[in-house]
This record gives sequence, C-alpha cells and structure tokens, in this order.
Amino acid sequence: MKQRYVYVLAALLAVMGLSVFLYKWQVLGFPLGEDQERPVWTIEAAVGFESGPGSITAQLQIPALTPGFRMLNEHSVSRGYGFGTDYGGGGRVAQWTIRRADGDQKIYYRISVYEDESVDVSDTIPPFPPMPVINEPLKTAVDVLVRDARDHSADTASFTAELLRRVNAPSPDANVELLLSEVSSDAEFVGVITKVLASARIPSRVIHGFPLSGRQRSARLVSWLEVHDGDQWLYFNPATGEEMLPDRYLVWWRGNEALVNVAGGSNVEVDFAIQENHFDAVTIAETQAAQLGASSVDFSLYSLPIQTQAVYGVLLMIPIGALVMVIMRNIVGIDAFGTFMPVLIALAFRETKLLWGVILFTLLVALGLSIRFLLERLRLLLVPRLSAVLIVVVLLMLFISLTSHRLGLETGLSVALFPMVIIAMTIERMSVVWEERGASDAIRAGLGSLVVAVAAYVFMGMSWLEHLVFTFPELLLVVLAMVVLVGRYTGYRLTELQRFKALGLG
Amino acid sequence: MLGTAARLRDAGVLGLNERNTDYIMRLNPRRYYPRVDDKVLTKELALKAGMAVPDLYGVIANQGEVRTFPDIVENLQSFVIKPAAGSGGDGILVVTGRSERKRDCFRLSSGEIISEGEILYHLSNIVGGQYSLSGNPDKALIEYCVHFDPVFANVSYQGVPDIRVVVYRGYPAMAMVRLPTRASDGKANLHQGAVGAGIDMGIGVTLNGVLDDEIVDEHPDTGALIEGLEIPHWNFILESSAKGYEVTELGYLGVDMVIDRDRGPLILEMNARPGLNIQIANCAGLRNRIARIDEIHNKSAEPAERARIARREFQLERGIQ
Repeated sequence: MKQRYVYVLAALLAVMGLSVFLYKWQVLGFPLGEDQERPVWTIEAAVGFESGPGSITAQLQIPALTPGFRMLNEHSVSRGYGFGTDYGGGGRVAQWTIRRADGDQKIYYRISVYEDESVDVSDTIPPFPPMPVINEPLKTAVDVLVRDARDHSADTASFTAELLRRVNAPSPDANVELLLSEVSSDAEFVGVITKVLASARIPSRVIHGFPLSGRQRSARLVSWLEVHDGDQWLYFNPATGEEMLPDRYLVWWRGNEALVNVAGGSNVEVDFAIQENHFDAVTIAETQAAQLGASSVDFSLYSLPIQTQAVYGVLLMIPIGALVMVIMRNIVGIDAFGTFMPVLIALAFRETKLLWGVILFTLLVALGLSIRFLLERLRLLLVPRLSAVLIVVVLLMLFISLTSHRLGLETGLSVALFPMVIIAMTIERMSVVWEERGASDAIRAGLGSLVVAVAAYVFMGMSWLEHLVFTFPELLLVVLAMVVLVGRYTGYRLTELQRFKALGLG
Repeated sequence: MLGTAARLRDAGVLGLNERNTDYIMRLNPRRYYPRVDDKVLTKELALKAGMAVPDLYGVIANQGEVRTFPDIVENLQSFVIKPAAGSGGDGILVVTGRSERKRDCFRLSSGEIISEGEILYHLSNIVGGQYSLSGNPDKALIEYCVHFDPVFANVSYQGVPDIRVVVYRGYPAMAMVRLPTRASDGKANLHQGAVGAGIDMGIGVTLNGVLDDEIVDEHPDTGALIEGLEIPHWNFILESSAKGYEVTELGYLGVDMVIDRDRGPLILEMNARPGLNIQIANCAGLRNRIARIDEIHNKSAEPAERARIARREFQLERGIQ
C-alpha cells in the first residue's frame, strides 16, 4: 500500500521535473549541451542628413513582423534626440525628434535578430484593395495585361506567377514596356506590379528586406512581392515569378512608404550594415522566454548575479553527489563514515583535483588520527577532546599548506578547502571504531568513505551534467524521485551477495 | 551477480534494505525505541514483566556522578560497565576481579589490569556520549557480571557467550549463540570476530559455527567442537524472548540472553535493529520463517504458546530422529 504511494510520488516528481525540462528545452530552446552558440545578426541603419534651421523629426521604417526571425533586442543611438517607436502603415516606425541641431547629423538604429523557424507571423487578412485610379493610356495596358494573365492562370498564385513571367519576359510586349517605362528601381518595379494586382482585386504589397549572410558593409535592400491568396501571404520573386523567399530573408518593412522621412533635414541617406555574431544559446533562450512571458525564466538561475551563480553551480551538484551516495550505500552497500561526509569531501576534491585531493585527505586523516591517539592518553572529556581534534585538524591544514608552499607544490595550499569540522568528526569516529572494532574495520570504513567520495566527485565533476542541472534545475526533482525510489529498494545490496554467498549454495 | 541474488532470494535470505524498509520501519514504531535503546529502561520494563535480568548496582547519569563509582563498587569483586544507549557491544567493560596487591586496580575479563582512573575516564566517555547511537550524552550502567554456565566453557575465550533470539511479531523465529574469541576481545559480537552458531529451534542444540561469514566446526581458540551443544533452559529462553514482545511492542526484535551458572537465563538487552548475521550462523534465510509466522499469527496467543509453536514450526528435520 505504502509502496504504491511511493511510486506515485516518484512518478509525479519525475513527470513534473521532466515536463518543465522538456518545455524549456523544446519550446523555449534552452540548449542541452554547454557552450552552444547560435548566430545572431545585428543590422544597423545609419541615417545621415543635413539639419535645417528648425526642429527635426526623422522617421525610419523598422522591422515589425519578421517571419523566420525573432528579435533579440533593438537600440537607438542618437545623441540629444527624443526617440520612440510606433506602428504605422508599413509596420513599425522609429521616430527621432529634436528641437535644434547643427550640421551633419547621424542617427543609428540597431536591431539584433536570430533565426527561429517557429516564428510565422503574418498580419491579418487584408481587405480587397480598391480599384486603383489609373489614367489612360496606362489603364488599357493594365487591363490587357490582367486579362491575358487571368486567361492563363487558375488561382491567385498562378495569376501572380503568370503576370511576373509576362513583365519579366526578355522581349516584353508593348503594354508591359509602357507600364515599366518610368520604373527606375526594384522597389518601384514591385510597386507597379502591386498596382496591376490591385486592379485584379488581389491584395498585394512590396516588402523590403535583407537576405542575411555573414558580414555586409553596406547592405542593399531587396524588394520582394507579397500576395495574399485569401488564406495566407505568399512570397514571389519579382524578377522570376518564383514563389519563394530568399534564404534568411529579414523583412524590414512592407508597403510603399518611404524608408526614411526627415522633416527639417535634407540630403537624407540611409546606410545598412549587417554583422553576424554568435551568442550563447542560453541568453537567446532567456530573451525569447521573457518575450513569451514564460514565468519559468523569472526563476532562472541565469538571472542571479554572477557570483551567486557560481555558488549555485556548485550547490546544485550536491544532490547529484547525494544520489551517488545513496546508490553506493543502499545498492552497492559500501560502509562509509558520516552520512554526507563523502559528498563534502568530493566538493573539496573539485578544487584540489582528484589525485591531490586523495593524497591530502589521506595525509590529513592519517596525521589527525595519530595525534588523536596521543590525545587519548590525556583522557579528555568528549566535547573538549572533539574540539582539540578540530584545532589539530586546522593546525595540520596550516602545516600542510606551509610545507607544500615551501616545497613549491602550490596544490598543497588547497587543503584549506577541506571541510575541517567534518574531517575532525571523521577522525574521531575512526579512532573510536579503531579502538572498538580494530584497525581493519576502521581502515575499511575509511577507504569506503574515500571510494564513495571519489565516485561522487566523478559525477559531480561532469561539466555537461553541471550545465544540465544549472540550466534545468527542475531535473533535481527527477533526482529526488530516484532517491525516493531507492528509499524503498528492498533488494540485496551488492556487498550482501558476497556476505551471504554461503547461504545461496545450500 | 543476478544469479546470486536470485539464489539468495530463493533461500529466503533477508537483506539489509528489506529488513529496514519492510520490517523495522513497519513493525517498530520509533516511539518504542527508547524501551530498547535505553538499557536502564529495558531493565525496568523487563523486571516489571517478571523477567530475570542481571542486577543493577548503580547508574551514573552525568559527569558529576562519575566520582561515586568507587562507592558503588566498594563491596563488589566483579561487575560490568556498559553504556545505556550503546550499540553493537561498544563501550562495555567486564571487570572480573580486583588486583590483589592494589585495591584500586581492577582485572578485566581479558586479564588486563586497569586502574580506577582509567575506569573513571571510560565512564566519562560513556557519559559524554562517545558510544551512544546519536552522540548524545548517555548514562553508564554498573551491573552484575554474569558467571556463565559451564556448558559453554570449552567454546568461549574469556568474555561471556550470549544467545540472540530474533522475535518476529512475538514469535521466536531464529536463534544463535555467540561465542567470544581472542580476536573479539571477549566480546560476543560477530562483526568483532566472535563465532556465531545457529541453534535448532526445536531442541535447542547448536549447529555449525560461523566466523567472519565462513563456516567453522571448531572454536578458533579452544579447538572444541561447536556443533551439538545442548543449551540448558531452552524452553525458558524461548518463552522469555517471546515475552520481549509484550515488553517492547516491537514487531521485529532481537533479544540477547545469557545463562548464568547460578541464576539461569537472564535478559541482557534487547535490540530494535537485530543484525542479519544470524542467517549466516543458521545457514538459513529469515524470510521463509517470517512468512510462516505471518500465516500462523494469532494475536491472542500467550508467550508460552508462541514459544511452543516456534519450537514446533522451526525444528530442523534431522532433529526429529
């Protein structure tokens, strides 16, 4: 009966821990391994202009909806300007304002984005566009083009493709030539296409953005065509009619609005620079989680001050050590002094490294033990004797540090990291066992402690495990579940198999 | 390795984990522990239940009372000092006589001579809690030193042999006799090197001996045969152990008894966490016997009845001859 409660509790704990873990890993994108980095692109728009005599208002289109990308952060660098962002017709608009400025002005807008497949934000379904007012003779040309394309297509997508094929034909017909006669840029070209689509009552717009790749000093905006087929937005290459988006295409803004608009300034220029960086995946995941409003991140260890993080990096490994100890004690069946002594010794090993840790520990216990036997002759009362052992341990640590320093062995200095109270208690317990049960029992239990400590050290020293527990502290619930389960383990300990061997033969 | 585990399981061998979770935690409520962990209380309860125990000469409960030790033992030639909350026989001092030349020197069971000062220091250690399970301050008992029955004279080296009976829910389940050796320093504890010998529950006759988990036929110091010793007062021993359940209300209990030359079987102490060595000494697992007791368990059975049933149920087959 009770057994069942234990299983239920362990299962609950494990499910809780694992589900939070899976959520953080799969949804929020926290990395499993350590030192994972993801590319982050920083795009900087530099707006330069000559200031006029009066107040200045500069407006710059900035990214709003960016399919395939998620924003990490954005900044504006502009001395003395008031800054704000707002939603405009083409997306978001950054606005800088200043009462008075002298000479050439340069203001910067910087945004960092990273790839995220799951971002698929399109805006709402647009209404059918009104028939554009087009004057003759263009109107006839548009009408003919729309009619021909409609005859050769089945739906919105194929209509668009057909239209693009016709306007991009190597030897365009007279109507197309007439339409494109005043086009001087890609953006204008796509603008004309949207006008033609509008007269076929198909919602469409120009999008402007960058295919992100590596580092670009002065990146050129690439205009693309976006068409709504009633269900979703489709992307077309205006130069070929292919339905696709360029690789890593970051949409900067949509529509026909000008990229930049400076009231009170002249000779406006915008330069884009793109920089590819690599960011720690944890940082990205946290930013993302914060944007999703996931509360798990408010409790993330990465939000703590760095020094506290370092402390917890160590503390969180103690449950791992405890699990190792539970297994060594209850499943393997190794005798050890003190319940948690081996774990604390293992913690000290982290600093001293294994070989020196074992040497220093053995040295300390052996010296302490011999002095403890001398103290025995003084017949001190228990508590004063324990205190005396403690003081001797401290002195021994000092002695070992000083001696090893003299000998030029700097590792010896780390002996100070051993938990001295625990060592003193171990020495006391060991000497009592030594007297009562003989040297072999005492040494066996001492070695057992050392073996458990080394095993705990090996597991607590695994850096991937440390990263895993630090990034996903909820995994400790799983550790707890395992400890609870071992708590109800009624099978034999491995050492008992040896101990009761004779009984199995009969 | 798994094969060994399966074989042990078939043999009904009880492991430490199973003992702790399935028996001790379930059958031994923690509130009853003081009844066995405090030997002064055990003695009182046993006396109240009409059981025979070694006489208590005095209790030293704190450091100040250590001075009263010479008064307590003034007229005594032999006595035993033990910590009230000790475990595993640690901290027990058996004084068998006084030095003939110096009044304030004592002879231990090992033959060693020890001064009164050393005994006072030992008492201080006991009172300070060196031997207590939890490290808390403890009491020291000074009690009657058992003169063991000559039946064991050939198979023990110094010290006092004792009989351990594991009592499950009031029914004696398994028993062994523990024989001190030179290695065990006169102590009757198996892990200190004493020889354990299983006992045929039906007739109270010893089986093979076990030393350090190995089967032995002879006592390592005296060379005498261990097997076939008939234990006197066997029925009384089983009945007393069964009564231990009424005294302590612990469902999984170890009762330690000694047989005194003059006074017969005496209860030395009881234990809420009896060890599993008894299985090795008897070459048999406890689990089958426990299962059998669960089958025949009768809440209203008297201790004598339970002892009788245990003798009937757990008699070895060859004993019938």
